[in-house]
Amino acid sequence: MRVRVVLAITAAAALCSAGSANAQVDFTGQWAPLYHEDTIERIPGPELGDYTGLPLSDAGRMRADSWDADRISVVQEYQCRPHSADYSLRGLAPMRIWAEYDPATQRIIAFHTHIGAYENKRTIYLDGRPHPDEYAPHTFQGFSTGVWEGNMLTVTTTHLKENYLRRNGVPRSSKATFTEHWVMHGGYLTITHVVYDPVMLTEPLVRSQTWFLDPGQRAGLFPCEYLPEVPAEAGTVPHYLPGTNPWLREFADWYGLPFEATRGGAETLYPEYRAKLGAYKPKDKCERFCNCTGFGDCLSPTGGR
Amino acid sequence: MTRLRSPSLGGQAPQRSRSYDGQAPQRSPSYGGRALLALAIAACGWALVSAQAPAARTTPQPIRPAPDPASTDIKVVRVQGNVYMLASRAGNVAVQIGADGVLLVDTGTAPMAEKLFAAIRTLSNKPIHTIINTHLHADHTGGNQALVKLGAGGPQPPRVMGHENTYNRMVDAAIEANANTPAASLPRNTYYTPTRDFYLNGEGIVLHHAARAHTDGDTLVHFRGSDVVATGDIFSPNLYPVIDVANGGTVNGTIAALNKVLEITIPAKYQEGGTYVVPGHGRVCDEADVVEYRDMVTIVRDRIADLARKGLTLEQVKAARPTRDYDGDYGATTGFWTTDMFVEAVYRTINAK
Repeated sequence: MRVRVVLAITAAAALCSAGSANAQVDFTGQWAPLYHEDTIERIPGPELGDYTGLPLSDAGRMRADSWDADRISVVQEYQCRPHSADYSLRGLAPMRIWAEYDPATQRIIAFHTHIGAYENKRTIYLDGRPHPDEYAPHTFQGFSTGVWEGNMLTVTTTHLKENYLRRNGVPRSSKATFTEHWVMHGGYLTITHVVYDPVMLTEPLVRSQTWFLDPGQRAGLFPCEYLPEVPAEAGTVPHYLPGTNPWLREFADWYGLPFEATRGGAETLYPEYRAKLGAYKPKDKCERFCNCTGFGDCLSPTGGR
Repeated sequence: MTRLRSPSLGGQAPQRSRSYDGQAPQRSPSYGGRALLALAIAACGWALVSAQAPAARTTPQPIRPAPDPASTDIKVVRVQGNVYMLASRAGNVAVQIGADGVLLVDTGTAPMAEKLFAAIRTLSNKPIHTIINTHLHADHTGGNQALVKLGAGGPQPPRVMGHENTYNRMVDAAIEANANTPAASLPRNTYYTPTRDFYLNGEGIVLHHAARAHTDGDTLVHFRGSDVVATGDIFSPNLYPVIDVANGGTVNGTIAALNKVLEITIPAKYQEGGTYVVPGHGRVCDEADVVEYRDMVTIVRDRIADLARKGLTLEQVKAARPTRDYDGDYGATTGFWTTDMFVEAVYRTINAK
């Protein structure tokens, strides 16, 4: 009897230690995005001139100010340009995740993801491989490797093409990298990601997104064809010269915000900045996207419940 | 066939091209006349061309990176199809391999030639069949002589190709330096038309002349079967375009050349992959990278043109920092090509076609 007890304890200990050593969570499944966080920015999309919450550098702000939305139509090459891996998490993001196992060890050696918008596909390697060298191509999804920190998967992505931090023209450079932390709580998956951009940001940009498990979800195709949409001379690049963008104050006016607070910058991210706003008085009544909490009720500025 | 003279020079082959073989070349009378005219213009104090433009036609100051101790470390990168990129800090060399032999787009610097050849030998043991010089600078042509020698072994010596303007400027530079430049170091197999094509290693290859871009003799090389374009220094993803005004470069020509690259490239799904691009320096790229770069050059050109229209001097334009949102991506305050030099080159050539 005593021998049986000892064997049982030993086996239990072995199982526990094996579990601890592996420390792997299988994120496999169909994940439906929740848009309640940063709603208006994500759905229906950011207003022009809204740089709030972004620790923008002067370079990032100037580039954003020069952006003309005509560019994504007139410049044919932008028409089917996808969200990059960092922004893709925040777009229309029904996500399918599947795992790849090493048949010899039964350990997960990679996760693959497919996101509905632009059919973005990523591979996150967990097999310890190095990142490519400086001469390898950059891609919109970049090159990602992951390591386990307990039950949290920490992913590092490099080799990104230039893209955007916010789809109102706020740029993200090709020198940027980002780190993700994947955590699952029951049927919820939260990915917190931190963008490091030495060109466009003065400090790391931290954002998070959450999905819920939805086995009935099916991320469909995302057809896209580029073609001339607007008659324009070949090589035309719509942009605003410094100081000429007429739309930058629109966001501040609509929401009754001090203009300088909408311009972004690390200082504007922290509570101490309130003291600088002086006699700022918010609008008495919400006038725009007042009940916007998700895809269905954010389709017009005055719509919703 | 080697083209010897452009129609604009009268349609007759200059003797120096035919007789030039291992001897210091003799400058033709027409070039001497041009130099005198240029000196006269310079003497008149024409601000926009002072010290840089036609007077420099016979005294080109080739722009090239300073020697870098690590520049001879060569990385072999598979691009696509038959094409590879030999990458180093000194610049990129595109290599096409196949049954007919080895084709090189540019030859790096002279000191790195042996290492470059060793890297080529990891890809193919065939003789070098063709060398194409995208332009005249020594970080792209410095290995010509050594690689012609090292890569020999075929029925004919490797041919060295380039645009006629590249050839002429290299000859002029040799004359100016009074150098005993061997013929093998020059792209004597030239063309003067907008394009030239030939077939090698199972695919069509098209040379596109990009007029007055990085220099006035730039060649884009399109491997039609492999679906790869080698751009020379018209495009380098981490550096403002080097506009060598002294050798005929202009900002509008650079933009036109980038638009030509965009015309040639076709992306795969969602604007990625498809045609790949081997830049003059830096990583392998595709159309999406060139678009960002073309947009940047166009926007900076427009800003500087606007400031110039308002009457700002070059120093005032520099002080306005019209590139400051791009400097973190492409700029430099030291080295062979600084942000200030780029702004100056744009300013000086803003009205040039």
